[in-house]
Amino acid sequence: MTRREFLRLMALSGFAFAASSDILKADASKTNGTAKKAAKRYAMVVSVPGCAKKEGCTACIDACRRTHNVPDIPDVRRQIKWIWTSPFEALFPEQPTYAQQLRGRQTLALCNHCEDPPCVAVCPTKATFKRDDGIVVMDYHRCIGCRYCMAACPYGARSFNWQDPRPFIHTIDKGYPTRAKGVVEKCNFCEERLLRGLAPACVDACADNCLAFGDLNDESSSVRKLLASRPALRRKPELGTRPKVFYLLA
Amino acid sequence: MRDKTLILVIILVVLAGLVGPFVYSRMSTGAPWPPKLDPPPGGEKRCVEPKEYMRERHVDLLIQWRDARVRHGVLKYTASDGREYVMSLTQTCIGCHSNKAEFCDRCHDRMSVHPPCWDCHTYPEKGAATK
Repeated sequence: MTRREFLRLMALSGFAFAASSDILKADASKTNGTAKKAAKRYAMVVSVPGCAKKEGCTACIDACRRTHNVPDIPDVRRQIKWIWTSPFEALFPEQPTYAQQLRGRQTLALCNHCEDPPCVAVCPTKATFKRDDGIVVMDYHRCIGCRYCMAACPYGARSFNWQDPRPFIHTIDKGYPTRAKGVVEKCNFCEERLLRGLAPACVDACADNCLAFGDLNDESSSVRKLLASRPALRRKPELGTRPKVFYLLA
Repeated sequence: MRDKTLILVIILVVLAGLVGPFVYSRMSTGAPWPPKLDPPPGGEKRCVEPKEYMRERHVDLLIQWRDARVRHGVLKYTASDGREYVMSLTQTCIGCHSNKAEFCDRCHDRMSVHPPCWDCHTYPEKGAATK
């Protein structure tokens, strides 16, 4: 091979390489062009006065218990809570002056499905994670029961199974698993019902429409309309977790 | 060579110990292997994927279903032949394989594997007695 031939060959192969990498780039840009699905941001709105009107009503709590096989354990230290009631001032310890009339009222509490969930940040196995639609869910298969998430959650929304929960479940719904001893559990915003186009069980169960559920990114959703019409509180906003459960005071 | 007989006896004992288990497993008349399975009650002829794949790799499929359902929120699975299934252990699988003691336990016990599926997922009453 002469020097001239060698240089010619090098120039040609250089061209070929440049051309092929350009083609690759063009292909990549084509496949990346697929439209991304509009993300949802699920939220719940609780009407505190509406709920407080019916003292002793546990329709939503019972519905949740039935739907998710939540055990009913008499020992308070071992209780499992997905949705429960607490005095208003226990949920809102900052005690806003404009909510004085609500002191002592039993108020609903559940997992807030925070925008910035501390439980997700601390979970060492990624058993707890935040989905694209903002729901903070648990993969019980991965939970190792370390309870970091319980320490991290500022809302007490997580419970640990100190024992096999099955003996404490009144009737086991075969459509949903129970949990095993040694895992943490919490509200999942009924993601299994959402998948089938149903509203969360607690929202369906409330006869007085004290609970609303919907997509915050959808301007026509019921939660957006409610939040636009009235002032609402979130629990412990100073922590910066940005809860997605809102409480209407009037 | 005073110990000739003793050495022979020891060799025989060791040999018996090595070969014995194989002979025993040949001779013993336990449950036939592989176990005979009753056809599913619904009259379904095909499983989600071909029988050979399911026999050897069902755990892979179950793990794939679990991750898709729990972590990615997908409800339906498209099988290799195009049919669609709801990814649910307790609804889809158990719909046909409705007897845990017969279907799951016989192989798992023999292979000495104890998957903890039924600690949380619920089996229809019939086969739910064990564990």
